Amino acid sequence: MSASSSRLNAGGIINRNETLSFKFDGKSYAGHPGDSLASALLANNVKIVGRGFKYHRPRGVMSAGQEEGGAILTVGTGARREPNVKATMQPLYGGLESFGQNAWPSVARDFGRVNDIGSRFLGAGFYYKTFFGIRGGTKDWMLFEKIIRKAAGMGTASREPDPAHYETAHTSCDVLVVGAGPAGIAAATQAAEAGLDVVIAEQDFTLGGDYLSQPDGAHRAVEAVAKIGSLGVSVMLRTQVFGLYDGCVAGLIESVTDQETGMQVRQRMWIVRPRQIIIATGAIERPIAFGNNDRPGIMGSAGLRTYLNRYAIKPGQEAVIATTNDSGYATAADLKASGAQVTLLDARTHGPDAPEGVEVLRGRVPVKGEGWSELQGLQIGKLSESGEVSVEKSIGCDLAAVSGGWSPVVNLTSHRGVKPVWSEEMDCFLPGETKEPIKVCGSAAGLWDEEECRLSGAAAAAEAARDLGVNAPVVERPEPRRTNTPTMALYEVTLPGKKLKSFVDPQHDVTTGDIRLAHQEGFVSVEHMKRYTTLGMATDQGKVGNVIGIALMAAATGAPVSKTGTTTFRPPYSPISIGAIAGRSVKQHFRPNRLTPLDAWNKKHNAVMTQAGLWWRPWYYPITPTESVDDAYEREMKVTRECVGLCDVSSLGKIMVQGPDAGEFLNRLYVNGFGKLAVGKARYGVMLRDDGVVYDDGTTWRLSENDFLMTTTTANAAGVMAKLEEYLQTRWPELKVSVASVSDQWAGIAVAGPKSRDVLEAVTTECDLSNEAFPFMGIREGVIADKKVYLARISFSGERAYEVYVRSGDAEPVADALWGATKPLGGCLYGTEALGAMRVEKGHVAGSELDGRTTLEDLGLGKMASSKKAYIGKALAAREGLHDADRKQLVGIIPTGDGKRLRAGALLMADTEQRGHGEGEITAVTYSVELGHWIGLGLIRGGVERWDGKTAISADPVRDGNTEVRIVSPHFLDPKGERMHG
Amino acid sequence: MIIIPCPFCGDRDHSEFSYGGDATVKYPALDASAEDWYNAVYLRKNPRGAHTEYWHHVGGCRSWLVVERDTLTHEISSAKYAHDGYGDSA
Repeated sequence: MSASSSRLNAGGIINRNETLSFKFDGKSYAGHPGDSLASALLANNVKIVGRGFKYHRPRGVMSAGQEEGGAILTVGTGARREPNVKATMQPLYGGLESFGQNAWPSVARDFGRVNDIGSRFLGAGFYYKTFFGIRGGTKDWMLFEKIIRKAAGMGTASREPDPAHYETAHTSCDVLVVGAGPAGIAAATQAAEAGLDVVIAEQDFTLGGDYLSQPDGAHRAVEAVAKIGSLGVSVMLRTQVFGLYDGCVAGLIESVTDQETGMQVRQRMWIVRPRQIIIATGAIERPIAFGNNDRPGIMGSAGLRTYLNRYAIKPGQEAVIATTNDSGYATAADLKASGAQVTLLDARTHGPDAPEGVEVLRGRVPVKGEGWSELQGLQIGKLSESGEVSVEKSIGCDLAAVSGGWSPVVNLTSHRGVKPVWSEEMDCFLPGETKEPIKVCGSAAGLWDEEECRLSGAAAAAEAARDLGVNAPVVERPEPRRTNTPTMALYEVTLPGKKLKSFVDPQHDVTTGDIRLAHQEGFVSVEHMKRYTTLGMATDQGKVGNVIGIALMAAATGAPVSKTGTTTFRPPYSPISIGAIAGRSVKQHFRPNRLTPLDAWNKKHNAVMTQAGLWWRPWYYPITPTESVDDAYEREMKVTRECVGLCDVSSLGKIMVQGPDAGEFLNRLYVNGFGKLAVGKARYGVMLRDDGVVYDDGTTWRLSENDFLMTTTTANAAGVMAKLEEYLQTRWPELKVSVASVSDQWAGIAVAGPKSRDVLEAVTTECDLSNEAFPFMGIREGVIADKKVYLARISFSGERAYEVYVRSGDAEPVADALWGATKPLGGCLYGTEALGAMRVEKGHVAGSELDGRTTLEDLGLGKMASSKKAYIGKALAAREGLHDADRKQLVGIIPTGDGKRLRAGALLMADTEQRGHGEGEITAVTYSVELGHWIGLGLIRGGVERWDGKTAISADPVRDGNTEVRIVSPHFLDPKGERMHG
Repeated sequence: MIIIPCPFCGDRDHSEFSYGGDATVKYPALDASAEDWYNAVYLRKNPRGAHTEYWHHVGGCRSWLVVERDTLTHEISSAKYAHDGYGDSA
């Protein structure tokens, strides 16, 4: 053993033939495959690996597991930097770069340590007391907060996008076993032997759990693992069951790789639907709160045993082990065997026999750690029968290990709403009873003896098998019981008249003093105490400190722990990356991309695309590489209004409404009548919600007596479809109507402009297109490019216009034919920008006016409502408040000065009173080529009746500031509609 | 993750469904008074425990189902098709 290494010459489950080089705070070290980052740091004698959250006290490795409170590091660099990694759970890999957190310039020399000296000012609730109600109010608080947040905190995440890949996977199984220690492996073995499909998930990177902490652990773990492998159990390593959800669905995160490996996923989230769950999550060792119990060199006794046996590390030469239970004896024996000098303090007066060569001091407790940045000694005290502690002496040591008893990991049953139950006898919380198919075994169920753990695992699996109707032997399930040398309930060591800095939650720097202060200030409920002191709110979520905190609160209030209660554990069990939850649903895969049947055709014709909801639609079609969107849409609308333009309108919702009662159904849906609509005609309709507010609009065509084709807005297509199904299946089951969405089955192309009929006449056969034979709002069948099409003479632009509908698969040849006839006439293709601009010129309402608040009258559509029939929303639309003359109503808006532009989203203010939310807002704007100035639509109190011709202020403080505008009628062009009828 | 036993598709995850509100609400006739409509649209109970509600199998067979769910435990005790048939279809 070299001077700088605490690695033992033999033993451990590490591959000594291979060396991995890694960095911590810029310095290079070496470890082996099988090491955790924490064990590799310990092997290299790196004692200080972190700094406390508030007081910046130096911290070392405190445990060997998920509960780690000291070795919280940042791993990786650049975009792959991950903060708050528990070094104890991080497998070492070659090239790993790690950094201490929360310190400047480094964890070894941190200036923030001055906080420790002034620490009496930083107790529980100091934020609230110091900074609330200060002079200057919120502003000053925000300034102070910035400084405090900088001083206190965890690591910082990368601000770059995460380059790693993640994915989500689903699976099911008969039995999911959580935890692969002695109990979990026994359960998996028993369940698999019963012929069940078993998945076992282990958060560690090596299977075996507590086996691995024992001197002969490697051998026993290998045997057990080989057995479950041969039985066909699916083993998931480095897989944390982070939550149990409704229906006993389990959420798992599998860490696949830590390194950059191309397309390989970094983590995989599993959604598992097991029929039975066996929880074998073990127990976490509790510390004892005593003075300076956070000094580097002080760790959990079980953690120390893991470092000795699993990693072959002896972190010190002279050691004191302090225990309240039998488990400290095993650590003492193993540590002695490694050649260290060991003193064992047992708080109890009776305990097992002293391990060979170990001096056992009974009735002795640790009082205070000595040494400034690293442990140099331990002051010990004698515990009297009445519980008083008197200082006895100091023992020089460079290593101390503490066991204050065990806390079963009851988190997963807590996720299912099952409260843990305090057992006075066992001195711990035990999982409560559940009616769900969940069984808890091993140390998680309060069993400390290994053989009993194995038996309880087998018993749980046999029960699970029988619950699933599968034969399995009856195995008696051992019950938690008090041994001859039970754990002593000791949570804190205090000295009369002396103040010790004793940590309960090392991650959030919560001391026993903070808990007493919380009690003194009236925060008696455990939930309040938790929030006031922040106990258990760091990344370990109270795995170490909660029980001590609750016990101290119980002592302060004089109530038993069972009456003091426990906080509720919620998923995730330990922090998981957001990336793993997002899986592949990122960037362009964040939501589905819907493409119209003409998508490729549009792109071939130079369309610049834009996303409208899920749909990708042509935004504009530049004719030169440099043509801007503004130039393009102005050109497209001019050409369309003067000649002809084509537009892909395939994204409109299309629903077939068929059956003998289809007309009656539409009559109930729309505010206007549809029952008497002639075959071969279309009608514009508006539908309301139950509450009388406008929901959607569109044209509906009668194709035959019992067949209608309803069109909806692009945005509401799915919602309208669901509503139609709801009405037919739940409200009006008597109506004989069938509905089917055909949005994707039909492509739609608008042919708009004075020359639209010329285009169609050039390409259409089997259809008389004359104005007499095919008037406005007519529906006809025809043939274009040998494909059957529906032609609808409807107009969104206000020009003479048609829409051509064709089966999606036939869309391209029809588009080719139409374009072939359009181009020679000087026509164009136009996108959504020109489409929207032309609707503004016509004063047609669209999504920005159908905002879920406007009524028919608000939108100037009041005259459409039929008085002869009832329809959805009619009753509530009649409410007085919806007819108030002061409501916001649709108006047109023009700037008062030449060349001034309008801005959608601006507020409309009366000239005299420019404050608050104003009188209304501008909903849509465009430059009108035909009128030669900007125009807009908006909603304003009192509408055209109150405002016609008057001026208002368009207030747009974040962009252009204030502009004077004039309120006019929303129908800017051709108000009588002569163009589209001609 | 609630599993809803769709009578047409079998046990399916709730993510395939969308919630459709209280199924005990009887919507009045379209020509009923505003008060009747107000009661149906705005006044809802928020019970703790058993609840009869609509779920729309929007990512499946598109049926509207009447589901009995415990609002406390999310236990589903039954799911049936909301539409009880025309009666004369045979």
